[in-house]
This record gives sequence, C-alpha cells and structure tokens, in this order.
Amino acid sequence: MRFSPSVAVAAVAITLLAVVPLITNFLEEPFYLGLILRLMILAIAATSLNLILGFGNMVSFGHAAYMGIGAYVVGIGTFHAIEDGIGWLANGFLHIPLAIAASSLAALVIGAISMRTRGVYFIMITLAFGQMLYFVGVGLEVYGADDGLSLYQRSEFGGLVDISDNTQFYYLVLVLLLATLYGTKRLVASRFGLVIRGARSNERRLASIGIPVYRYKLIAFVIAGAICGVAGVLLANRTDFISPDMMHWTRSGDLIIMVVLGGMGTLFGPLYGAAAFLLVEEFLSGVTEHWQIVFGPLLILVVIFARGGIAGAIRALEKRPD
Amino acid sequence: MRYGPWRSALTEPLLQLQDLTKWFGGLVATDSVDLDVAEGEIHAIIGPNGAGKTTLVGQISGEVRPDAGSISFAGKTITKSPAHARSLMGIARSFQITSLFLDFTVLANVALAVQAHAGHSFRLWQDATTDAALRDPARGFLELVGLEGRADDIAATLSHGEHRQLELAMALATNPKLLLLDEPTAGMGGDESARMVELLQRFRGKFTILLIEHDMDAVFALADRITVLHSGRILASGAPEDIRADRAVREAYLGEAEE
Repeated sequence: MRFSPSVAVAAVAITLLAVVPLITNFLEEPFYLGLILRLMILAIAATSLNLILGFGNMVSFGHAAYMGIGAYVVGIGTFHAIEDGIGWLANGFLHIPLAIAASSLAALVIGAISMRTRGVYFIMITLAFGQMLYFVGVGLEVYGADDGLSLYQRSEFGGLVDISDNTQFYYLVLVLLLATLYGTKRLVASRFGLVIRGARSNERRLASIGIPVYRYKLIAFVIAGAICGVAGVLLANRTDFISPDMMHWTRSGDLIIMVVLGGMGTLFGPLYGAAAFLLVEEFLSGVTEHWQIVFGPLLILVVIFARGGIAGAIRALEKRPD
Repeated sequence: MRYGPWRSALTEPLLQLQDLTKWFGGLVATDSVDLDVAEGEIHAIIGPNGAGKTTLVGQISGEVRPDAGSISFAGKTITKSPAHARSLMGIARSFQITSLFLDFTVLANVALAVQAHAGHSFRLWQDATTDAALRDPARGFLELVGLEGRADDIAATLSHGEHRQLELAMALATNPKLLLLDEPTAGMGGDESARMVELLQRFRGKFTILLIEHDMDAVFALADRITVLHSGRILASGAPEDIRADRAVREAYLGEAEE
C-alpha cells in the first residue's frame, strides 16, 4: 500500500483503538473503555449504512431498525434464558446468525418495496418502515414495551470469549470492526461493488449496458442490513439494555450524520464520523445539556466547507502540492 | 424444419417495428411507425428537431415504454423487455446527451460494460479493478475508437468529442448485434466528426447500425437506407438517392438544411 495521509491516519486510528483498553485499565477509567466500545459498535453500523448510502446513493432513513432487530434478538433470547431457564437462548453463537437472518429478511422486504421509488420517496418509505418497527417494539408488552428491557446477562460465547468482561468484549468488537472494514474494502472493489458504485454514478446507463440494477442494489441493501443487525447484537450487550428507542428515526438520523460527517463513500469515513459524533456529544453534553444547539451548526459547517467529510479533508492533504 | 434457420436469417429483418405509437400527454411523439432494419445495414433516421427520433431509439432500447405497437428483434418480441435484457440480447445504444460513469476512469467505464456481458456480477470478494479478464478487452475497445491514451483518466475530464468516442467504445463492449447511435457526431468539430464517420465506415457489415444524425454529409456517406421522420410519423423511407430526390422530404427537411 502506498504511503499517504489517508493511510497514515487510518493506521494511527487503528493503533489507538488497539491500545485503548491498556490505557483505560491503567488509569482505571472504565467509563472511557465503554465509550470507545460504543463508538466502535456505532462505527460498524455506520460502515454498513455507508455501503448503501455512500457507495450506492441509497439514502436509507430507517437503518437503525436493523440495529434494533439485532438488539431485540439478544434481549428476547437472554430474557427467556433467565425467565424460563432455557440456557441455550443466551448463546451468542445463536444470537449472531439469528440477528443476521432477521435483519436480512427485514431489509429484503423493506428494500424490495422501497427501491420501487426514488429520491425523497425512497427516504420517506425507509423512514416509515423504520418507524413501523419502532412501534412494533413499543407494542411488545412482554419485553417492556416503550420502557425497554434490562439485560440480566450478556450473550455467551462458550469458552471463546467472555464478553461480560469489558476488555474481552472490547477486543471482540475491535476484531469485528476490522473485519467489517476489510470486507467493505473487498466488496466495493469487486464486480458487485463496481455495479453498486455504477448505480450511484449513472443508473440509467448501467441498465443500458445490460445490468439488472434492481437486484444488485437490493442485495447490497440486505448486506448492509445484516451487518447492522450484528452491530445491534453488540450494542444490546454493551448497554445491557434494549428499548424501541434504538429503532427511532432519530437514531437512523444519527447514523446518517456519522456517515456524512466522516465522508460518504470512503472506507474509514464512518469510523471517523462515529468518533467525531460521540466525542463531540460527550464533550459538549458535559458543558451543556443543549449540546445539539452547538452540534447542529457544526454539522452544517462541515457539510458546507468539507463536502467529503473528515476522510475527504484528509484526502485533500494528499493532493496539495508541497 | 425444411427451410432451416438460414431462411429466416435472410428474409426476416433484424429489427422490426410495427405500428409503434407513443404519446406524451396530448403530443404524439411516435405515430404508428412501421420500420424494418435488415441485418448488416446502416439505417439512418433523419428529421427536424422534435421529430421523435430519440424517443424512437428509447423505445427500441427499452427505456421508453410504447403505448401501442410492437418491437421484435432477431425474431423475438421484445416490446415489454426491460432495457438490461435487450442489451444482453445484443441491442446497444449510445446516448445523444453523453451518459457515462463520470467519476470512473475511462477504462473502468468500458470494463463495466464488458463485465455486464461476462455473466452475473454477484462476485463480492475478488478485486475487479485489476481484473485482466475485464481490463484487457476494455483496452481493446478503447484502441478501436482511438481513446487508449486516455484510459487512466477520470471520464469527467474528457473533452466532448472524447466522450462521444467513449460512448461508442462502451456500446461496442457489450458485444452488440444492433448499434443504436444517437447523434454520434453531435457537437463535434469537423475533423473529429470526419474521424467518427471513418470509424463507423469500418463497422459496415460487422454490425447493424441504426443511426440518428443531423449531419447530412455523415448520413449520405454512411447510410444504406434512410428513413425521414416528421412529427413522429414516417415521411419517407428508401435509398439515399431516392430520399435526396423526394420532394416532400426536401420541403420538410433537406430544404431547410441547405439554406
């Protein structure tokens, strides 16, 4: 790989993520370990959204719904594991495939219908589907309705990794984040990825050279949903809590903000966006509870002055002659 | 099967439009058009602006759905086939208003067209950006149209004339039987235009070409047959010398062009 500012920043970011537990454990600051853990989980979700939003130009405004589905798989599974004493329902090796299956299926149905529309209509339909799932969560009385449900245990991964220990959990999430990034890198450079990027560029032309665009976009939509479902499994375990709020449209909006802030259609943009989002939120909410009053204009400035987001700004350094 | 496939190949036109009609609101863009294009011929469609030429091509390529009538290609009715299916059957089009993947490199534009005809694209892991099975043929098509020197440039940085060449390379890369060329010399300078005509001359016999063109020199240099479209309706259709002599055509179209 050629050395460039983009590569350097990505390498520094990954190195930093790898040493965070060493630092927070040394300083005895478990709060920050939990914060960065959440950051990485949201980065996985944002990376999955970027696959369709950034590379495929599909502005899905209901992406948090898949995260909610993954979270509810864990919540419902561990709930019955404890309530009804069915131990295997707490198995993480069950939760992950089940979350992938359920969120893929939801994405397949939502995508198949939404993709019959374009532009603003696509945004509104995905938002409506997301809200439908939110209200399904609200209606689940057994699982706490709109109050949500506290998890009394986390997913079990046999003897492999004990995620009730936050440091082990942290490294599991780091591995999954790196796997997601690497998988995305491969995907967008593959024949499939070229079709998706071609659809962003000129969908009409893609059809005229003989590519049935719809089915490729739909599969990309399903892949994005599946990855986000896994992020949901992780998030439920991270917060030890699930609630319909995880699926609320504002959560989907947060994911879009992360992608746009970090740089649409870039590999590491969603990670940077999630980091910026969470760190700014953390810092500003310590200063004032109305932190969004500051955050909003900040976002507008980024959109106006740095169209490519954070990753785009880093890339601009490469092109500058020195 | 007494007559064998050769018989149908000789007698049936490659492309056949029957009673094709398209309305846009109260305006008829294609008015009961019957048209045959024989295999191997270069068939030009001329007519004043607004005659419905591009709409006609759009219906043949599958982007515009006709309101009535039928289209058959190589013996199959394709009136309701989607655009991508028609491309896979061998109908390629170039666009009058350049339609490319502007953020891709020139080579990647053509490679994607090659990929579209190299089986399905549900290959999610192998790197396609360096795949010789796509890149090498793509390079060949760029050489054919004379764009090999710009292969690694971003398509958006090309000149207008080069965009037209790239359009053609992409159409060729889909291994077509029928080329629908919508004003391939539009907006080109004299030299560029002459080179394009020369290039299309070399395709004679290799492809069947349906050509929309405003440049009458190009039309009379290339066409085996000419159809004149006026207000969505066929005014005349025949050999170039007949069209040149046709009084109605001269009044409707050629007369204006000579002034």
